[in-house]
Amino acid sequence: MLLVVEQFLNGLQFGLLLFLLAAGLTLVFGIMDLVNLAHGSLYMMGAYFAATFAAWTGSFLLGALLALGATLVLGIVLEMAALRHLYGRDHLDHVLATFGLILFFNEAVRLIWGPAGLALPLPAWLTVPVPILPGIHYPAYRLAIIVVALLVALLLYLGVMRTRIGMLIRAGASNREMIGALGINIKLLYTLVFGLGAALAGLAGLMQAPILTVQIGMGENILILAFVIVVIGGIGSIRGAFLAAISVGMIDTLGRAFLPNLLRQVLSGAAASTAAPALSSMLIYLVMAIVLVVRPEGLFPANRR
Amino acid sequence: MAEPLLRVEKLVRRFGGIVATDNVSLDVSAGELHAIIGPNGAGKTTLISQLTGHLEPHSGSVSLGGRDITYLPAYRRCALGLARSFQITSLLLDFTAADNVALAAQAHAGTSFRFFANARKEKGLRDAAHAALDRVGLAHRADVLVSRLSHGERRQIELAVALASKPKLLLLDEPMAGLGVTESQGMVKLLQELRKEVSIVLVEHDMPAVFALADRISVLVYGRVIASGDPAAIRANEDVKRAYLGDQHVVTHHV
Amino acid sequence: MKALTVSKAVTALMLAGLVLLPLYSQLSGNIFILTLFTRIVILALAAASLNLIMGFGGMMSFGHAAYLGIGGYAVGMLAQEGVGSGFIQFPVALAASALYGLVIGALSLRTRGVYFIMITLAFAQMAYYVASGLARYGGDDGLTVYKRSDFSGLINLSNRTQFYYLCLGCLFAVIFLIWRIVNSRFGLVVQGLRSNEQRMQAIGFPAKRYQLVCFVISGMMCGLAGALLANNTDFISPAVMYWTRSGDLMVMVILGGMGTLFGPVIGAVVYLLLEEFLSQLTEYWALIMGPLLLLIVLFGRGGIMGLLGRLNRG
Repeated sequence: MLLVVEQFLNGLQFGLLLFLLAAGLTLVFGIMDLVNLAHGSLYMMGAYFAATFAAWTGSFLLGALLALGATLVLGIVLEMAALRHLYGRDHLDHVLATFGLILFFNEAVRLIWGPAGLALPLPAWLTVPVPILPGIHYPAYRLAIIVVALLVALLLYLGVMRTRIGMLIRAGASNREMIGALGINIKLLYTLVFGLGAALAGLAGLMQAPILTVQIGMGENILILAFVIVVIGGIGSIRGAFLAAISVGMIDTLGRAFLPNLLRQVLSGAAASTAAPALSSMLIYLVMAIVLVVRPEGLFPANRR
Repeated sequence: MAEPLLRVEKLVRRFGGIVATDNVSLDVSAGELHAIIGPNGAGKTTLISQLTGHLEPHSGSVSLGGRDITYLPAYRRCALGLARSFQITSLLLDFTAADNVALAAQAHAGTSFRFFANARKEKGLRDAAHAALDRVGLAHRADVLVSRLSHGERRQIELAVALASKPKLLLLDEPMAGLGVTESQGMVKLLQELRKEVSIVLVEHDMPAVFALADRISVLVYGRVIASGDPAAIRANEDVKRAYLGDQHVVTHHV
Repeated sequence: MKALTVSKAVTALMLAGLVLLPLYSQLSGNIFILTLFTRIVILALAAASLNLIMGFGGMMSFGHAAYLGIGGYAVGMLAQEGVGSGFIQFPVALAASALYGLVIGALSLRTRGVYFIMITLAFAQMAYYVASGLARYGGDDGLTVYKRSDFSGLINLSNRTQFYYLCLGCLFAVIFLIWRIVNSRFGLVVQGLRSNEQRMQAIGFPAKRYQLVCFVISGMMCGLAGALLANNTDFISPAVMYWTRSGDLMVMVILGGMGTLFGPVIGAVVYLLLEEFLSQLTEYWALIMGPLLLLIVLFGRGGIMGLLGRLNRG
């Protein structure tokens, strides 16, 4: 029971992190029609910034806030310097150019911070286990991630659905000319949206940093998970990204936790321990394959009639 | 009368609350040129899409030569002898005119799972392509990339592509769209020739052309066929006058 | 000589260079260059196979490196199990690649555009994880191939020169095949589908079938490259399937000129030599390579082949 609840929360927490990453990806794709492979690099930069600033200031929170601002600025600079020129180009061009950016970022990080990973230690008050149910404790920090990510998701939803800027964002997604005709500075809007996506990725990275090591390439594997989420959820849909991210987080976490035991009951011990790691890492891709067979356009496509 | 070549029965297609095709029935017999007219938004394109297989109806049926094709994919209908032209020219722009037409011939001449022999040297296919191009008067442009052809020429290629598949029934979706006066006249002349060889369903806005060409005309308004008959009957029909000819800016809108 | 265009001349020069390379290596005593170029030729083969679906078929696969792994693992795993004959290893490598291509292609081709890019990427990553989970075959650390494929005296893969010529022969054979395919009935259909799928459906071609067969053929060609690669490095690990490797292959194709017969070969030669050169210049070579890619995308339409073509006209 204890294990189930804990793994369930772990899955939720991982899913929410994935959502922060996928939301930025899907926003940028839905609105600017830009495929940004370097989104994972922004996630990595968020983590490195946080580790650095936290060490400088001696405060985890201050470090995290500074890192958030830094990724926002980095995103804006990146958009203005490079990615802006890719709008309206072929998707293949996006893939190649942002692939180049990944090489650049990985190498730049290696140059600045060295090849070894960094650690981002948590302050003591975040490491205590918190009782959530009678007899069940859960690490405060993971709980904090869940709360923060849920809050951000809510803000994002309200922001996109209820505010004027959000309306512009949705309008921009569906009608570039119209929004231009309204006299809105579309260049600025795009830059801001990209900055927002970058900040979301940075937030995910810096929140993940204390749990894993901060290292080069950390954004790449998780970026592919974000792709899977976007594919399952339907491109351009925040709601789809949210639901798909939670599902993927859950399936991945619970699969890794419980699949080996399940297999051991059907297969012999040796066969199970060989198959389990391969199978549990395949699990979400199998889910994606099934979704593709049933609903090739994703579960919640944004512009469904 | 024998079984009609194309039979559309009680076709219904909705988009949300709008009924774009409302219980449409019509027959096209072999050798006939059947025109479908109607004001903008009458549902002509929706109807055509269901005939070609790009859109599935919610109910009703379409049959070709007595065979139910309601839910067949586009490529299967084509194999059964249904060829179409697109309202907005849709060709392989980076291919030559001859390649475009030869591919249509190739689709109907044995398997295309041949990996080794040079298809551009297959005499049968090239001859068929040149014959079709000749038919529409474009033989001299055979080796030009379609992207370099004029709009009018591309409309003619559309027709040649449709012809190259040796169809029983030709579905022409506004073949005159965007053509100048002279080009339109050329197209009418061409269609007059073609109708001797193949049955045609013609969707067109150019009223003089329609009335000059059609054996029968069906008038589509708000997704329903309000009248069907020969040109004289349609001209005289009060409903048509009121619904279509009457309150619209009258007809001959050449550019 | 009007017919001799710049791009043709460059291509011919490069091919001649590739053929004569072992001679140079022998004369100069530079063994390293032969090793380097064996790798280049193998990856050129992989790039050429990717070009078949990407350049001619319009299918933007971002997971092509999976086949390098599949072909490689077929050789490595069979060798580990005591099956050393190349006459078994290579057909198995091709069959496994075909099977993977069939399943992944059937799923991926249900989608278009960016989805296709993301999905091929995701499935390749899945293959990567699966290989990492193969504890019996080295898992993450990979698998050493102690004995190269044995072609019972027909050709000796342990002989550097013979192996180089085998790879080069495979490359030429694959390019010849692609040339025939591209001009065949099948090839015209596939290119027609790239150009305008709706039109091709309307004239009677079921799109998916042709694209899937093309996807599988391309996968088998790349599987061949994988089998050669495992022999070249005497080692196979999940790393060859890592997604950056798929990215490298895409870059080679674009850099050389997508949809041209020899473009991917030129792309592979230039890209890998550049990598070699930059990495000797500085440890942080990717710092230059990354932005270089960005610039190539922004300003280098049509790749090197396109550039040479413009030279010719200008």
